[in-house]
Amino acid sequence: MLTVWAILIDGFIYASWLFLVAAGLTVIYGVMRILNMAHGSLYALGAYAAASALGWYYAQGGDQLWIAFAIIAVSAILIGAISGLIIERGLLRLMYGRDEILMLIITFAVLLILEDVMKLVWGTTPYFAWQPYAAMGRFNIDVLTVSQYDLLVMALSVVIGLGLWFWLERTNMGKILRSIIHDREVSEAMGVNVRRMFTITFMIGATLGAIAGGVTAPIISVVPGIGVEVIVLAFAVVVTGGLGSITGAAVGAVIVGLARATSIHTMPELELFIIYAVMATVLVFRPHGLFGLAAARKI
Amino acid sequence: MKLERTELSLIGVAIAIAILAQFSPNWLVFTLTLAISTALVVMGVVMLMRAGLVSFGQGLFYCLGGYAVGLGGRFLGITDALVLVGLGVVVTTVVAMILGLLMTRYREIFFAMLSLAFSMILYGILVKSHGLGSTDGFGVVDWTLLGFTPGDGQATTTALMLALVLALAIALFLNRYFKSSIGLACEAIRENEVRVEYMGISHRKVLYINYVLAAAVGSVGGSMTALAAGHVDPTMAYWTISGEFVFIAILGGTGHVAAPFIAALIFTLVRTYAVELAPNAWQMILGIVLLLIILFLPKGIWSLFTRKKGAAS
Repeated sequence: MLTVWAILIDGFIYASWLFLVAAGLTVIYGVMRILNMAHGSLYALGAYAAASALGWYYAQGGDQLWIAFAIIAVSAILIGAISGLIIERGLLRLMYGRDEILMLIITFAVLLILEDVMKLVWGTTPYFAWQPYAAMGRFNIDVLTVSQYDLLVMALSVVIGLGLWFWLERTNMGKILRSIIHDREVSEAMGVNVRRMFTITFMIGATLGAIAGGVTAPIISVVPGIGVEVIVLAFAVVVTGGLGSITGAAVGAVIVGLARATSIHTMPELELFIIYAVMATVLVFRPHGLFGLAAARKI
Repeated sequence: MKLERTELSLIGVAIAIAILAQFSPNWLVFTLTLAISTALVVMGVVMLMRAGLVSFGQGLFYCLGGYAVGLGGRFLGITDALVLVGLGVVVTTVVAMILGLLMTRYREIFFAMLSLAFSMILYGILVKSHGLGSTDGFGVVDWTLLGFTPGDGQATTTALMLALVLALAIALFLNRYFKSSIGLACEAIRENEVRVEYMGISHRKVLYINYVLAAAVGSVGGSMTALAAGHVDPTMAYWTISGEFVFIAILGGTGHVAAPFIAALIFTLVRTYAVELAPNAWQMILGIVLLLIILFLPKGIWSLFTRKKGAAS
């Protein structure tokens, strides 16, 4: 019974983290049809920005938890929005209209470039920003220890999920975006400024990736390569759920999170295997993911 | 069987390399062997690209080939290099025949993602296999070739000779394959799959054969890398390695059977120096070059050669 509780708690904590990481990826794909391989690098950028800003704050002798959270939020949002703007305006804009698969390769090139930009800016030594995580403290459920910071991540993940849903389903801009998803050309003919919508979407997606990195920074040691590891996890989540669907990303995150927690508590050697096995199994039966829609074939 | 010009030049280049290698320093021979092995894996990526599919998981077959050599020597006591390479091809072909049933149902990014997932599954299994050295991998046994045991300093050259012979055989075969009905059908599928179906060709069958062949060729590359480097580790299946193969494939282009070899040689040589001179900017260079090629040379380096020839005639 205890194992079941441990699996549920760990699974949902991990799932909420996965959703944070994957949300931006699926938003960008949903609207722009670009599977952004550089999403992991935006996550890493957010983590680096937050870790170095927090490091500076604590070196000044700061100890206010809420200021630390404000620093994470501001640094991550700034670096996410700025790099999103640069990538979209400076590069992707030149490439619109090409194959989805070519866009994938182009964002792979962006990933390669960003990986080294980060090494040149932040070096290869790890950054630590554990203070907010430690300051939040822990509590016990029976014998299981749960960190309050993880619960905060869970809450943030729910807020972002609901926020995205509200943005896409209940606002004017969401309606415009959905019209672009259904038919880009007709929307353009109706006077929608598709290019501006793309810029905004990409900046929001990139910022979501950076925020995921920012809130993760206190939990991990920030080293080169974290982005490369995270992107394949994010892929697994969004492909399982169905590319471009927010609900899909949430469901995918829960499935993958619970599967991984089950594996860790019962068969730890299968941890990595299980994540991709879940994805492959879902794709065998639902080739476009749980909530994905099949595209019509061209003749 | 009459040999055509491409085939004659392939044989000529292979003989020239074999002769030059006798006078080259060891590091260059080793680099050449790695380049040829890499080119064979890239050839698999190119074969899929000709059919319009991009695989971000060709490292799966590269890794299977490498581990077949490592495990075959360690647990089955096989030391003959050719038998080890053959073992890799058999194992990989069996795996590809099973995966192919599934993979041929997917196109575009779904094919890319699913191939990535399968190679990451292998990576996940190997990383957790502590008996096989986990992330460190393990060493390959000292191998022999048809009863000949390479002595000190001979192993590198012998590995190159073996790689050359295998690569030549594969290149000659693929040159014909690309012009065969299946090879041409692949290109037609890339252009328009539904129309190919209307013509009465089973696109699933064509893609399946192409997929399995690409996997087998890739495994030879993995096996040769393992024999030359004397070591295998799970990173062979990590997705960034597969990303490098995609990079080289785009660098060379899909226009000619020799293109992957030239691209792989450039890649391996530049990396040898770049990693030493600018270890923290190597990936950045790769990324920028990749973007430049996509923008200005969409058909790869090979298009430089054909353009010149077209202008002359």
